[in-house]
Amino acid sequence: MLRYLLGRLGMAALVALTVSVISFGLIYMAGDPAVALAGENATPEIIAQIRAQHGYDRPIAVQYLDWLAHALRGDFGVSPYFKIEVATLIADRLRITMTLGVLGISFALLVGVPMGVLAAMRPNSMIDRAALFIAVVGQAIPSFWFGLILIVLFAVNLGWLPASGADSWKGFVLPTIVLGYYATPAIMRLTRTGMIEVLGSDYIRTARAKGVPPRKILFKHALRNAVIPVVSLAAVQMGFMLGGSIVTESVFALHGAGYLAWQSISRNDLPTMQALILIFSLFYIIFTFLADALNAWLDPRLRD
Amino acid sequence: MSTMSRILGSAALVAMLPLTAMAGKSDDTVRIALSKDLDSADIYFSSARESTVFGYSVFDALVERDLKTGEWVGNLAESYEWVDDLTLEFKLRQGVKFHNGEDFDADDVVFTFNHFSDPATGVAMPNTVNWIGSAEKIDQYTVRVHLKAPFPAALDYVESALQIYPDQYYQEVGPQGFAQKPVGTGPYAVASIDPGRGYTLKAFDGYHEAGPRGKAHIGTVEVRSIPDVNTQIADLFSGAVDFMWQVPEDQAQRIAQRGGYTVTQAPTVRFGYLSLDAAGRTGTKPFTDIRVRQAVNHAIDRVAIRDAFFAPTSEIINSICNPVQFGCEQDVTTYDYDPEKAKALLAEAGYSDGFSVDFYAYRDRQAAEAMAQMLEEVGIRTNLTFLQYSALAEKVLKDEIPMSFMTWGSGSIADVSASTSKFFDGSAIDDVRNPELTALLRTGDTTTDPEVRKENYSKALKLIADEAYWVPLWTYTSNYVMASDLDFEPTPDEFVRFFDMSWK
Repeated sequence: MLRYLLGRLGMAALVALTVSVISFGLIYMAGDPAVALAGENATPEIIAQIRAQHGYDRPIAVQYLDWLAHALRGDFGVSPYFKIEVATLIADRLRITMTLGVLGISFALLVGVPMGVLAAMRPNSMIDRAALFIAVVGQAIPSFWFGLILIVLFAVNLGWLPASGADSWKGFVLPTIVLGYYATPAIMRLTRTGMIEVLGSDYIRTARAKGVPPRKILFKHALRNAVIPVVSLAAVQMGFMLGGSIVTESVFALHGAGYLAWQSISRNDLPTMQALILIFSLFYIIFTFLADALNAWLDPRLRD
Repeated sequence: MSTMSRILGSAALVAMLPLTAMAGKSDDTVRIALSKDLDSADIYFSSARESTVFGYSVFDALVERDLKTGEWVGNLAESYEWVDDLTLEFKLRQGVKFHNGEDFDADDVVFTFNHFSDPATGVAMPNTVNWIGSAEKIDQYTVRVHLKAPFPAALDYVESALQIYPDQYYQEVGPQGFAQKPVGTGPYAVASIDPGRGYTLKAFDGYHEAGPRGKAHIGTVEVRSIPDVNTQIADLFSGAVDFMWQVPEDQAQRIAQRGGYTVTQAPTVRFGYLSLDAAGRTGTKPFTDIRVRQAVNHAIDRVAIRDAFFAPTSEIINSICNPVQFGCEQDVTTYDYDPEKAKALLAEAGYSDGFSVDFYAYRDRQAAEAMAQMLEEVGIRTNLTFLQYSALAEKVLKDEIPMSFMTWGSGSIADVSASTSKFFDGSAIDDVRNPELTALLRTGDTTTDPEVRKENYSKALKLIADEAYWVPLWTYTSNYVMASDLDFEPTPDEFVRFFDMSWK
């Protein structure tokens, strides 16, 4: 088990390093940060001056190694736009993104798992069809559009919740639904498939024959086994949410790390972009690693 | 995503919304939505308009232009005088206090001018301060500013780019401390700043009322950054926002049709143009021939594009500058929409089968596509590429742009020296490289006599039009949407003056 985990951990570290090298190269190719910093009315001399001031005129390999050496010590530099430490900036923005991610995945689990169970109990019934419909809509509807519909309904027509901002818990309700709904279909479908498979298995038939109450069969015997793959899926989805809430954050003006990523890309804010990519990929790697570890713990066959 | 989101979003919003205006008049707080955020409250280190807008309310400049008369009036200075072409003297207003109680005097002015014009300070927009040689204290309320070279547009920069900072406080807390808690003399004092999200201003009780601005009318200003314009509209309709600006034309029209809000169209200094590589610096030959450039001018139906995609108040221009700018001569050679004539000119130049060219743009995609199609009709096959502004600017530096659809905001400076003179300055990125033209513009930029300036700019702009170097297109307007009980008159410089807002 330990050897397996160490192997996965080594892989994860290599993936993180590769991501940082590739992203550094891609960002560099995407555009000259000095031009973006200089703004509209800048002359070539001023751009050259800014380039030298921020060290963008050095060879890319030197810039990368310099960045890596600082990053390993937790120093991600200073954002040329906000004039504050990138680490401080991101730590502040991550609070919102993390809150949103935890709420979103909780929503997806609280809605997806019961719906999957209900659908599995009566395959091809009206309930199953309704659950399928909700899942298809959840996958197909663009987040920004769904977000706007919720805003129109709850913020403008009913006036119950704010359309934007994170001043109170109320501001998180609609974004949680939008972000969580996107992850719901996969969780729901996986629960349903798992449940149908388990409910048809021999030991459930045995339990039924023994006269175990149906409720106990469903929750104690079937769900426990069916939910194993769902847990690891949820971990991966959580990684997605932390890095992928850009649209949701900008629709609801939440100013979390996702929105910060979008801003820094459009401004060529190199240090912020680079740090965010690394952090997002780390999240993804960590959650995938957790999912692997969890699976290995639950299913001994995976450890070999 | 954005176009799609706008079309779907605005249709849904405007169709489904009830009218529930409950503005901030009751608690004397105006709530303002901006698409972008304030990146740095130490405004000298930001090139974003959001920081200029912030600066206009929190700080004061020495002078400002009276927008009704166009004359310069004193603000922190009581009066100014050109001692000679290289010396500006300011007599300062007495008894003015900063928000923290510090007294305003010559030391603050000298510090601000000298510190931020020093290249070692590294301000975000060096071109706004690099004309300053030095500032000198004559007595406690008199300052002389020495220029490096004659620069008649100097006062424009004194107003828009040289907000006066308190010297003692700034040196005490440093740039980072100042960005967290800025202090000025302006009509509003900063109550709080949440970097990247917004800020709150409170009217400054001790504001010097004798100045041209007067005290602020509204007690509190809350500015929040809401990136998605549909969300801004939803907040407007639910009463959480009283004021939004730079609202896209289609949405502004829908809101206006619904009623219940004030929708105002205001001219801006921004204008659009097509750049053509007339000097052949990118290796593209056709535009070096005047007949081809004339053909491009004749091929584009600017009125049709304006009517289709822009506000009716957008003005078709004849010169590569905005008519609100000093020296922007419009009485020059013009080229009517005439595709047949364009074809004939192309044939005459030896391109009877037309030619292919790379065409770049960064905004107003529909207008760019319409122009590409009009050019195609006369035989100029364009390969239209959309880029981010910074990527496009980078390609300009590398001589890779034979033709582009661009716009220019001039930093809201109402003077041709901030537009036309920047394009045809004979530098590496000059598309024309005509020494005669560069000389005319330079004379205009560096002569103090307004008449001589006008004459030189006029000659330069007539020359540009005669040679059909580029294609002048239209001016831009900006849409402001406000709660119906809010009173505000937008200005062409787009420096939203919060202190001019009041409740009806």
